[in-house]
Amino acid sequence: MESTSRCIIVGASHAAAQLAPALRQQGWTGAINMISNEYFLPYHRPPLSKDFLTGAKNLESIMIRPAAAYQKANIRITMGVSATSIDRANKRLTLDDGETLNYDKLVLTTGARVRCIAIPGVDLAGVFYLRDMHDAQQIKQSTGANKRAVIIGGGYIGLETASALRKLGMQVTVLEAMPRILQRVTAPEVAAFYARVHAEEGVNIISDVQAVSISGEKRAEAVICQNGAEYPADIVIIGVGVIPNTTLAESAGLQVDNGIVVDEFARTSDHDILAAGDCTSHFNPIYQRHLRLESVQNASDQASVAAATLCGNLNPYSALPWFWSDQYDLKLQIAGLSQGYTDVVIRGDINGSRSFAAFYVNEGKLLAVDAVNRPQDFMLGKRLIVQNSPLDMNKLADDNVPLKTLLVS
Amino acid sequence: MPTVTYVQANGNSHEVNLDAGSSLMQGAVDNMIDGILAECGGSCSCATCHCYIDESWVDKITPASEMEKDLLTCVSEPKDNSRLSCQIRMTEALDGLVVHLPVSQF
Repeated sequence: MESTSRCIIVGASHAAAQLAPALRQQGWTGAINMISNEYFLPYHRPPLSKDFLTGAKNLESIMIRPAAAYQKANIRITMGVSATSIDRANKRLTLDDGETLNYDKLVLTTGARVRCIAIPGVDLAGVFYLRDMHDAQQIKQSTGANKRAVIIGGGYIGLETASALRKLGMQVTVLEAMPRILQRVTAPEVAAFYARVHAEEGVNIISDVQAVSISGEKRAEAVICQNGAEYPADIVIIGVGVIPNTTLAESAGLQVDNGIVVDEFARTSDHDILAAGDCTSHFNPIYQRHLRLESVQNASDQASVAAATLCGNLNPYSALPWFWSDQYDLKLQIAGLSQGYTDVVIRGDINGSRSFAAFYVNEGKLLAVDAVNRPQDFMLGKRLIVQNSPLDMNKLADDNVPLKTLLVS
Repeated sequence: MPTVTYVQANGNSHEVNLDAGSSLMQGAVDNMIDGILAECGGSCSCATCHCYIDESWVDKITPASEMEKDLLTCVSEPKDNSRLSCQIRMTEALDGLVVHLPVSQF
């Protein structure tokens, strides 16, 4: 790449933190400029609902790498500004401070934003969403032993937050609108397991309940539900999912369909503009459908593909999605996507212990694995999913048969 | 400040200074050394920071936990000296440590 080529990266996210150094490693000698609407260097987001809230980690310890590392690689990071429009014809990006930047290649790593709920009282002090460092800092300042937290949303973010707040000695209630927690992402067996553990840890989980307003004079005082129930709260945390940040791409006329549409080389419908991470939708060859993923794995792996593309090496993206969630002493590792499963096979004691693996199967083939404190099942599960051959269900269910023996060598 | 040498699968080696208390994984990430992915950021969840400890240093490193051992059995090309670099903290006693990076983390 000639040294005058300018690459601008919009969003200082996980994807950006992977992309910029990867560009340098693969020989991009031109300018690299990362634009961030936050005031922090790229940081690890997953700890925000876990070790950052409990205080086990701080801002410095969750930075992906220190400022000096970017400086050394001549990667410029501009903080506190947002990109407002892309002039594709003239390859020019406009920022909200009025500045314009010319680019040769543009990469959108704009991530996702929280889904907001429009109920009365949602703007009161003491009501929070949790997505970025600023949110987490605000929540942290409002925590305290014996204070009452009501969490709206029983997904992973809500449950991880519940776990962290219990560690801080808070009284925690989780309100879930669906008939059970983790409804969209796990089997009923796994959801029941998490409900049991949270109950054992002292969290009050209430499912099938709709929060309709938050009461309070100046600060939130209670969450009121459709059935009339009222849950007193010192803080309210809302975790009901995210929406991809696609406005910039859309207004530039790029193809957007539940995320910025990219090909297997992370290119948008304009090949001088690439995109990676939570903001994208891509075709996954393992599952044979378009996916929009919300994960660090996807952000990092797709960013690596984008870096290679920009340096002239076309390596198609075909990674198996994986995720993790830490709650209490539970290390959940998820391989693959379970949508479309017809059967669930459990290894280990899901009802009495805190260690098991749930295998999601369709027509004898493995789609996904949820492994709790069973790292080998996670690792082997990944290989079994990619292998994509029918498995003996009896062997899969028998904990005495080593999972390894199910691999086709 | 103790130094570590990372030897990539292609033979390139990088000698870097690393604060005592930092992980071997963080040292590779901070210095943008290709070969360590560290997707989970050091929480012993992903096994994408696999490395081989140089034979002459194996005895001087704190042994792996059960969780780490379990993950290591399933990495690509595991060996007796395989470790997850996020689980090894640098100390003054490890000054001069040499680690080898695998061809692939998958």
